[in-house]
Amino acid sequence: MKVAITVNGQETTADVEPRLLLVHYLRDVLGLKATNIGCDTTSCGACTVLLDGESVKSCTVLAAQADGSSVTTLEGLSSGPDDLHPVAAAFRAEHGLQCGFCTPGMVMAAVGLLSENPKPTEREVRDGLEGNLCRCTGYHNIVRAVIAASGQDPDEVTGTSPRPGVERSPAGGVAAAPGFSTGGAE
Amino acid sequence: MIPVGFEYVRATSVDEAISLLVEHGEEATLLAGGHSLLPVMKLRLAAPEVLIDIGRLSELSYIRVEGDEIAIGAGTKHRALEASELLAKECPLLPAAAHTVGDPQVRHRGTIGGSLAHGDPASDLPAAVLALGGTIVLRSPRGQRTVPITGFYTGVFSTVRDPDEVIVEVRVPRTGGAGWAYEKFVRRANDWAIVAVAVVDGRIGLANMGPTPLRASAAEAALADGASIEEAAALADQATDPVSDVPATAEYRRHLARVLTKRALTTAAGAAG
Repeated sequence: MKVAITVNGQETTADVEPRLLLVHYLRDVLGLKATNIGCDTTSCGACTVLLDGESVKSCTVLAAQADGSSVTTLEGLSSGPDDLHPVAAAFRAEHGLQCGFCTPGMVMAAVGLLSENPKPTEREVRDGLEGNLCRCTGYHNIVRAVIAASGQDPDEVTGTSPRPGVERSPAGGVAAAPGFSTGGAE
Repeated sequence: MIPVGFEYVRATSVDEAISLLVEHGEEATLLAGGHSLLPVMKLRLAAPEVLIDIGRLSELSYIRVEGDEIAIGAGTKHRALEASELLAKECPLLPAAAHTVGDPQVRHRGTIGGSLAHGDPASDLPAAVLALGGTIVLRSPRGQRTVPITGFYTGVFSTVRDPDEVIVEVRVPRTGGAGWAYEKFVRRANDWAIVAVAVVDGRIGLANMGPTPLRASAAEAALADGASIEEAAALADQATDPVSDVPATAEYRRHLARVLTKRALTTAAGAAG
């Protein structure tokens, strides 16, 4: 069957089998490989993309279901390494990743979360990322990154004392955010 | 994991979906959000030959007051239930239960009609709708019928829905200030309930305490007869038939049903206004 899906602002069309999953359409038909396949069972969230602005797990959506829709992947967020989307920039500034496998899905889930809740509390960030698993970070810096990307001070929102000698990250000041963070009072 | 091949048809109306069901018979399956169906198709536990997609039908997506009830289109997504100010005011148990389904990505796709039709005894919404005393509206070539949820489930993943019927609406009462609570026990994020208990207005719905969602009738009767919350909750596992599986033994589930019922009744008593 023929599908037409707007991906990262570009109209794409292809003749596909109805059983083709959206994640395979993105990776194999379009060659957009940022979206990872993790568990392939709707659990881990590595394949999260935005479908008409809402976060979805693209391993559990048929390309056919997305026909006529708009999809945003990690590739569509930032125009380049020097011009990162605020959420991607915050993940870098707050060290919200280690191996990076979950990161594309985590960033897309965070973008979806912030579009529904622009100023989340720490609890709301943790709840909002419930569908994304990270086996490296323990989530701490991911949560900080999402709070920073929302224009809030992660130290303040998480009740963490700022490290001595480190400039406090100003509200939304992703570029000036501190480096590696271990959290806790020092 | 790749499903077995199938034909895909996107219905443009409920009537067209019904015609397609008639045309293709039992080889066809309705697809709404796909978050119960596609996983089992990927595992090849299901292999329908035709998928009839009703996920985009705006005529199935609404939440509105009708008299002393709220009518909810079967295609309404969990996220819309969760975010509905109308439901928060008129029937707060339902959005609270919807909020615990899966995770945000799942709630952006899954629908109330799909969840009820799938009939997983561990699902949240069937237990909540059961506690609410809701009804399910089905449409077929023979017309429309309304089935109370108490008579909807016939076994695990089994309902009275005929193969040519589409669930078009779910109706729940406006519970207003009646006390309510939803207590769900899980051990992992975004998991199904090991046991969940929905309480509203003295009615108690249990998830995962048997092959279908169940009412804790003995506990309800005790409450109505003036028993204390402790006394009533101790009866919550009566006439249930929980399974033993990897997450929990049947005996542990019985324990959870009693504990969660006590918590839910306590919360509901505090919330009544």
